Amino acid sequence: MSARNQILSSISKNKPELTELPNIDIQQVISYKDLIEQFTNTLTGIGGMVVQISDEQEIIATIAAERAAGNWVADTLWDTTDAIDKLRFQSAESLALIEKTYIKGTVGVAENGAIWIQEHQMVNRLLPFICQHLAIVLPKEQLVATMHHAYAQIDIAKVGFGAFIAGPSKTADIEQSLVIGAHGARSLVVYLV
Amino acid sequence: MTTTTIKDHATAAAAFIKDEPRTDWHDDTLWFVRQKRDKAAHSLPEWEQLRNWASQIKNHSLSNLDNYLIEFEAKATANGIKVHWAANAEEHNRIIYNIIAANGINKIVKSKSMLTEECHLNPYLQQQGIEVVDTDLGERIVQLRNEPPSHIVLPAIHLKKQDVSETFHEHLHTEKGNNDPQYLTEAARHHLREKFLISNLAITGVNFAVAETGGFVVCTNEGNADMGAHAAKIHIACMGFEKIIPKAEHLGVFLRLLARSATGQPITTYSSHFQKPREGQEMHIVIVDNGRSKQLGRPDFRNSLKCIRCAACFNTCPVYRRSGGHSYHTAVAGPIGSILNPNLDMKANADLPFASTLCGSCSNVCPVKIDIHDQLWKWRQVVVAEGYVATSKKWGMKGMAFVLANPSIYRISGKIGRWVMRTFPFLTNNKTFNPWYKQREMPTPPKQSFTEWYKNNK
Repeated sequence: MSARNQILSSISKNKPELTELPNIDIQQVISYKDLIEQFTNTLTGIGGMVVQISDEQEIIATIAAERAAGNWVADTLWDTTDAIDKLRFQSAESLALIEKTYIKGTVGVAENGAIWIQEHQMVNRLLPFICQHLAIVLPKEQLVATMHHAYAQIDIAKVGFGAFIAGPSKTADIEQSLVIGAHGARSLVVYLV
Repeated sequence: MTTTTIKDHATAAAAFIKDEPRTDWHDDTLWFVRQKRDKAAHSLPEWEQLRNWASQIKNHSLSNLDNYLIEFEAKATANGIKVHWAANAEEHNRIIYNIIAANGINKIVKSKSMLTEECHLNPYLQQQGIEVVDTDLGERIVQLRNEPPSHIVLPAIHLKKQDVSETFHEHLHTEKGNNDPQYLTEAARHHLREKFLISNLAITGVNFAVAETGGFVVCTNEGNADMGAHAAKIHIACMGFEKIIPKAEHLGVFLRLLARSATGQPITTYSSHFQKPREGQEMHIVIVDNGRSKQLGRPDFRNSLKCIRCAACFNTCPVYRRSGGHSYHTAVAGPIGSILNPNLDMKANADLPFASTLCGSCSNVCPVKIDIHDQLWKWRQVVVAEGYVATSKKWGMKGMAFVLANPSIYRISGKIGRWVMRTFPFLTNNKTFNPWYKQREMPTPPKQSFTEWYKNNK
């Protein structure tokens, strides 16, 4: 008998009697009066930064200034189609040289500061992780209270890859001292538009 | 892997607590993590409701596991993921080696996976000439030291920064005596980035596999699973079959509980949802049994399979905190390890159910409501019935049961005991004759028993 059939038949023989799935009632979970305030406080508490802006032009100007300073900035929002396509096929070695990446987020979660980013927004799956610094642009009406609300808005089966990102890469593996910038981005700034 | 004679928990713990300041540090540090967990849990009024939901989802999943695995396999295959099944550790290791060998690869990176520790994958691959680099910082530290992780979430929690500094000086050529965690982490970042870029194959664990989508979720704070998986041509994810949950919406429940229970964070930095391989990439999933279906058939112990590996039970356990993970001599230590491991090898792990005060704190913090302390007690009954305890313990317990069941013998024994303590104190204040005295002062023997006092004062 194959391992597969052996495992499945052993499970079917040994499993307990069928029990019911609970009904996850979103009405029973926490709500926040001010989603922006909750999101900002939580993300700041885990090492991220939140900047509220009224006009996307402010970000575009920041990108221009960063580039003028000589940094490689990957802009997946406003750059030319050619430039964005190039990122799609760039090797890991060259992506490792990116100083900062700008990516659009889908949904932000107030309870934990996490933002859902999908594959087409990342352009290249490595991009949000391999860059030195990460900036996420999120329309503020895309904030929800909890993860339950977030999963109600997104469809994980529709994308090849997606991630909730909450703050910069970090570790406390050396004597429980918090160090920001383990393997991924050393900083995260979220622009709420 | 260093193979030495395995010491039982009590013996290994006795060695661990010899260094008192370090033991206190270990104890305090883990208690601090436990307190952070409390703060995070108390910030949500629905915390107990969440635990109930999580527990019910896992109970349901176990009760319909075969069907969910079949559904998961079909969906994952349709997504372009190759699904493999392994009945035991050997099959798991061989499947992975065959993929590596078929692609002519000799350097791989691996993010945290307790399953691969359980299966001893690293030593197996190293024997075949494959370089395996653990990329979680804590795991890399213990790997360079040729040690196993001592905690499933904080693998190097038994070490001080001086230890890490020495290890990095030796292997990564960092400055001697520079103990700054920031500096040491930066050195590891550069060292491991090189490994990510040259590895053609990455292994990750799986936190949750979703039956209805055929995808899986991997959680890290460092981003090492993503760096490995997205840079490599081949990604292999390894999962124990109990990682299955029915629906995507259930992730909401588990991701809210996992990091809060583990470290007190509201969520891990990265919660990555793998659904399909990227263009040109190969993605594999290895579904492993290795004793799990047997555990599923033990009504008293099956719900240990609900575990989501948060380690809250480690951090709260007074025995774990003061004996260290290595004392448990298994891949998964702590209270949960003590109820999982006797199933894998009862004789080798017969000591573990006794490494507990049965205080119940583990069950109280468990996010999926596993009755850990009840199971510890029940394993003791099984282990004794199967004849796996030391004769001295067996006869000691039988003697104790006899005395406690006979009131007159009990009263006489008490009298003799008090008399001995008063007359020959060296007999009880003696580490050889009286193990109780090892870390404790003996109390002053009372003049009378409670019964005698009660008779005089009622």
